[in-house]
Amino acid sequence: MNNNTNTSPNTNNLEPIEGKGNSVPMIQVNNVGKQYGDNVVLERLNKTVHEGEFVTLVGASGCGKSTFLNMLLGTAEPSSGEILLHGKPIPSEPGSDRGIVFQQYSVFPHMSVLENVMAAKAFKAKGLTGFLFGASRTQAKKDASEILEQVGLGHALNKYPDELSGGMKQRLAIAQALLGQPRILLLDEPFGALDPGIRADMHELVLTLWKELKLTVFMVTHDLKEGFYLGSRLWVFDKLRHDPHAPQRYGAGITYDLQVGQVDHALYQQIDDEIRPVSDVQVA
Amino acid sequence: MKKLINHQPNRTMHLFLGLLPFALLLLVYIASSDARLEVNPNDKLLPSFAQIGDGIERMAFEPSKRTGEYLFWQDTASSLFRLSIGVLIAAGIGLLLGMFTGAVPMFSAGVSPLLTVVSLIPPLAILPVLFILFGLGESSKIILIAIGITPFIARDLQRRTQEIPFEQLVKAQTLGANTSQILMRVILPQILPKLIEAVRLSLGAGWLFLIAAEAVASTDGLGYRIFLVRRYMAMDVILPYVAWITFLAFFIDVGLKNLSTFLFPWHETGAKK
Repeated sequence: MNNNTNTSPNTNNLEPIEGKGNSVPMIQVNNVGKQYGDNVVLERLNKTVHEGEFVTLVGASGCGKSTFLNMLLGTAEPSSGEILLHGKPIPSEPGSDRGIVFQQYSVFPHMSVLENVMAAKAFKAKGLTGFLFGASRTQAKKDASEILEQVGLGHALNKYPDELSGGMKQRLAIAQALLGQPRILLLDEPFGALDPGIRADMHELVLTLWKELKLTVFMVTHDLKEGFYLGSRLWVFDKLRHDPHAPQRYGAGITYDLQVGQVDHALYQQIDDEIRPVSDVQVA
Repeated sequence: MKKLINHQPNRTMHLFLGLLPFALLLLVYIASSDARLEVNPNDKLLPSFAQIGDGIERMAFEPSKRTGEYLFWQDTASSLFRLSIGVLIAAGIGLLLGMFTGAVPMFSAGVSPLLTVVSLIPPLAILPVLFILFGLGESSKIILIAIGITPFIARDLQRRTQEIPFEQLVKAQTLGANTSQILMRVILPQILPKLIEAVRLSLGAGWLFLIAAEAVASTDGLGYRIFLVRRYMAMDVILPYVAWITFLAFFIDVGLKNLSTFLFPWHETGAKK
């Protein structure tokens, strides 16, 4: 699977990308590792990300990119090291500062499209029941309709998620996540199950929203092309060291950290070759 | 020639095949009944339909000579009252227990072991305890039904709650929801249709406990009547009573199913897929 046992790519040759000026980084990843029992998933991650970056995470299956996303989300904790958000340890439970769109099950099946988005407003308002009444309800309805119009779901306000196509469901999930007004948007293979044409539409939608709302985005994807097209920065997850007799001994790290748009074709081809097994699986 | 597993009955065929066993049973009954009555006109084991009709007439449409009540309707009302109150109590407690043990790990750690043990107690074995504690009145029968089916409903709903995709709970939290909001808006509405399903499944056991309690100590009720007239081998009363109980059970089941479709249309569209 991994053919560079001895020739692991030298990350030091690649200029670390420290974004915009001297501003305090939004996210600092300090020497983070993750293991489940003897199975080392991730090791020695060190990165900083500034507000407004769009980071795509690519790599072979089981290389820890989703685990990393879960640590940002708060559903998994690092086994060693720490992740800082605005200089403080990132909360170990999901919160409203980090929005999420999963590949599936992201929307509430018992609520109509409109109710799904209005629920986001109701949750923000706190209270015990999560229902809105009176003027705040009217306002929430108006806001929800607006954002649904914006993502192209204006015609389906009263449908249930099960009546929507895969692409429309993901549009709804994105609209819902955005109404929570997160500063960070996490996308876990959000378009993995969509047809290519619909995928392209969704790419446009995500790029527009990213620019308009000045979000910081982390997106896990299987598709290297998608990663290059969407991100402002691309991380490739792969094993730095490999022991053929004990494949679980060493975890994956980030082998490439690239500013998108400055990559020549040869390097693209090299990365594509390295994570090729994934592409084959996808075709199959 | 298609393989047997690929043959689909059309609508008429479906109806015909469905009614066939009923018709056959009816024919066998009529034939046996006629044969026995031929030999002995006073035979009580397999009454003719005329005799059964007389029995129904006597129980349902003539006031009782002793009390002046229409016994059949009196029995029906008493039994349905006990059953519905018992089931309602079980549904309420089962819903709360199931939801909290399914969604709140700290609550589950404290309650689940007890719930598992309680669910293993055979309810009929503690019927005497209930009679001692609560007397022979209505409450002991209602409590037997409630105790009998609450653990089933609670454990079923616990599993249903745990089946709600983790992603939805995470999503709600990223939208700022607190625990009670998640319970109220994400979990509760999704397990209410499951509650109706659990109640439908537990109604059979509910009838069992009802009839058992009525048979042991009661002064009216469908179960009481059946066991009472058994002494006179009054099959002309027992058979229509059994048919009536079967019809009530069927009617309640269909009613609950329709209620679920009406209240939770999103659940039905999901189930179809």
